[in-house]
Amino acid sequence: MPASLTSAARRPRSILPGFGLSLGITLHYLGIIVLFPLAMVFVKTSGLGFRGLWEALCTSRVFAAFRLTFGLSALAGLINCVCGFLVAWVLVRYRFPGRRFLEASVDLPFAMPTAVAGIALTALYAPNGWIGQYFKLVGLKVAFAPPGILIALTFIGLPFVVRTLQPVLEDLDASQEEAAASLGATRWQTFRRVVFPPLVPALITGSTLAFARAVGEYGSVMFIAGNMPGKTEIVPLLIVTKLEQNDYAGATALAALMLVISFVLLLTINFLQRWRVSRPRP
Amino acid sequence: MNTPSRSTQDPLWARLILISLTVGFLVFFLFVPLASVFAEAFRKGVAAYFAALTEDNARSAIRLTLSVAAISVPLNAIFGVAASWAIAKFSFKGKSLLLALIDLPFAVSPVVSGLVYVLLFGARGLFGPWLQEHNIQIIFALPGMVLATVFVTFPFVARELIPLMQAQGNDQEYAALSLGASGWQTFRRVTLPNIKWALFYGVILCNARAMGEFGAVSVVSGHIRGETNTLPLHVEVLYNEYNFSAAFACASVLSLLGLCTLALKTFIEWRAGLRRRSH
Repeated sequence: MPASLTSAARRPRSILPGFGLSLGITLHYLGIIVLFPLAMVFVKTSGLGFRGLWEALCTSRVFAAFRLTFGLSALAGLINCVCGFLVAWVLVRYRFPGRRFLEASVDLPFAMPTAVAGIALTALYAPNGWIGQYFKLVGLKVAFAPPGILIALTFIGLPFVVRTLQPVLEDLDASQEEAAASLGATRWQTFRRVVFPPLVPALITGSTLAFARAVGEYGSVMFIAGNMPGKTEIVPLLIVTKLEQNDYAGATALAALMLVISFVLLLTINFLQRWRVSRPRP
Repeated sequence: MNTPSRSTQDPLWARLILISLTVGFLVFFLFVPLASVFAEAFRKGVAAYFAALTEDNARSAIRLTLSVAAISVPLNAIFGVAASWAIAKFSFKGKSLLLALIDLPFAVSPVVSGLVYVLLFGARGLFGPWLQEHNIQIIFALPGMVLATVFVTFPFVARELIPLMQAQGNDQEYAALSLGASGWQTFRRVTLPNIKWALFYGVILCNARAMGEFGAVSVVSGHIRGETNTLPLHVEVLYNEYNFSAAFACASVLSLLGLCTLALKTFIEWRAGLRRRSH
């Protein structure tokens, strides 16, 4: 394609108009809405100095919040890895009545506002709720305790794994499975050795996306968490609490740390997606 | 997809177990919470339900939610079209960096998205003193809530359009231009019809998130009843006042919005053959 070659080599003197205008709008808008405000967080944080940063971050309350947020997010990512795989597998591989309906409803956690999910889950898992009352019988407290947070984080992360996995499952080449079967492999062997390995990158990408979303999640968690400092307080909630107490330094330092973590996660996800694309296709 | 041949078909018992596990899991995990919203909303009867929705604070919350979405969704739609035109139709240095930066808001916690604007426009923020001098209110008022909403819904339209326009290539636009169409005519008559479903798709997702956003808006809103409470924030206020049936009544409106979004989204996927994707 000579057109794309020349335009790749030189500045985009393509015959299409509007490059300057559209790129100008894009860069200005991106700069004003996203980049400049985000940069402010780091400017304000560097203004705190090393001591201020240390005092803001190295408290047992902050440690506890980070342990809780990241521990439960990782666990939710893991649960979604298993459940999301099951859902994606069944939706792609099997035909049964109601499949299309279920397929559309997987996006429900994306479509439901987080606050709605939050109060609905809280009402369900509270000690007097539809589901919570049975957990209460066996002496397990779900809402207003870490298991409740875990449920909320799993809820909002489920679509990520299913939606990342589905296209890859659909594109799998059936001839390889047929070959494995005709060479005498059992169905389980075929699954483990032929079907599953190419799905691993997508599975990891989806779980990482779910994890990244869970780490920053606020709306669905704050209702079900109970928000006890040091016990059921997640990092985003701690940021809001500090802000409400006019502790701008503390809130900013926490936000900067969370931003750095989000950037690292974003880079990881980009890297994982590139790995997925560049893997040799059979 | 073709039906799998017998050699690649899982045994019947395995299929039955996996299907029932999945259906059970999705019903328990997705549908029961959804059903509980409506059950709780109507617990005190239909009259109480509609009273909760037509009460003054609820009405002002609905109005505010609609205004915030009415401003922020078109802004992000214009940005999305501009960004995808620049990225998909031209090649330039730093394109992949630009793509990554457009996705950035999805990676940021909603709470931090709100906080950045407090740091800029709050009373003790960078522009705080200047704004106070000129008596302009951004934080704890509509502009701040619009900014926070624009931030969290920033990538929705752009990321639907960019892959589609990249796949479509430039040939049709070249043809239109060589036949004497102006740039604007080419965009309106050739490009826009090609991307209309993807644009609509992005706008719907953007709108759902804009109307349902909680964390970012909550940080910049100030929670003044009847003034700066959007519908999700109004749900929180009612819930914290133990006014559960009213809280769930408002939540049910938001759930209906979510269900309509899902239905429209599924319709467009079916109509335009778009592939669904996670965000």
